[in-house]
Amino acid sequence: MVQLTLPKNSRITTGKTWPKPEGATNVRKFQIYRWNPDDGQNPRVDTYFVDMDDCGPMVLDALIYIKNKIDPTLTFRRSCREGICGSCAMNIDGINTLACIYGMDEIKGDVKIYPLPHMPVVKDLIPDLTHFYAQHASIMPWLETKTNPPEKEWRQSIEDRKKLDGLYECVMCASCSTSCPSYWWNGDRYLGPAALLHAYRWIIDSRDEATGERLDELEDPFKLYRCHTIMNCAKTCPKGLNPAKAIAEIKKLMVERTV
Amino acid sequence: MADVNRGNRPLSPHLSIYRPQLTSVTSILTRITGNAMLVAALLIVWWFLAAATSPEAYATANAVITSLLGDLVMALSLWGLWYHTLAGIRHLIWDSAVGLDLPTAYKLGWAVVIGSVVLTLVTLLIVA
Repeated sequence: MVQLTLPKNSRITTGKTWPKPEGATNVRKFQIYRWNPDDGQNPRVDTYFVDMDDCGPMVLDALIYIKNKIDPTLTFRRSCREGICGSCAMNIDGINTLACIYGMDEIKGDVKIYPLPHMPVVKDLIPDLTHFYAQHASIMPWLETKTNPPEKEWRQSIEDRKKLDGLYECVMCASCSTSCPSYWWNGDRYLGPAALLHAYRWIIDSRDEATGERLDELEDPFKLYRCHTIMNCAKTCPKGLNPAKAIAEIKKLMVERTV
Repeated sequence: MADVNRGNRPLSPHLSIYRPQLTSVTSILTRITGNAMLVAALLIVWWFLAAATSPEAYATANAVITSLLGDLVMALSLWGLWYHTLAGIRHLIWDSAVGLDLPTAYKLGWAVVIGSVVLTLVTLLIVA
């Protein structure tokens, strides 16, 4: 359901302003969402100052700077620092992206960082992705076959393999799904751009033998058709993929098989 | 649904922090114009009904609808009609899975915005 305002326990209060690093001449202001599950308080936005002469170029570098030198309690996920693990997805400067590959030079003014939008928060910048992953699992993200397995591998022509380009690169960071207003309002039943992009990736795989069942599974007013082509997903994807296009292709297949 | 709100977890902010995009703004405008036109349609129905009822009723309805405020509402409704039509055509194009790459989607978005204003002005010049 559409609920434009935040629930009472989620309203954001003004937080603490942490001292500027001593002797720094080139500082940048960061405003970061904080929520501690242990103190019973509402979420707040803390202000930090990062010495840009002592910090790498990416937003993740600044978060690590803050955690190491200012406030060790700041909590966020990160791993590969090169945009392939999808752990550090968060809302930076109003869009969802990966902190490790988003340069601070791309941001004008203060850097505002929130967790991925409209998600239950575990702590600070960490959202609970349980439901998101369950939706991904529900589209059967694996090769389904019925014929006897070949002696070696399932083979595919170069042209058929090319159809998977722009789909297989998804790292499941959840940036797209949590940028989607439809997913905000109906995320309990609408699968969202990420899961649907993966669904399409298996639907058009020439080796897959469950295309009909996959389409049957998606033929539902909510799972697929809550996509209204708002396109926040394609605009925000840190890997430059286009879930909106993948969803449109699924809708097209739905029509094609009835005529 | 999995138990995702253990321990009174807050909901992270969404609308209030997400930067508006051309595509998201044109999308919500499609809905707003669609609903607003229903109100405009009711006004016109009232106008016709009044014309069929009595000269006095027509005079009242006509005075409201052709007043300065009435003209403004009708002019905005005209824009809403053009906007909704063009946005609908854009959706038809998108439904054939064409024009969904970002550069084309943005061009279509601007075409709908600018096109609706131009067509509104042209219509106003013709009828007014």
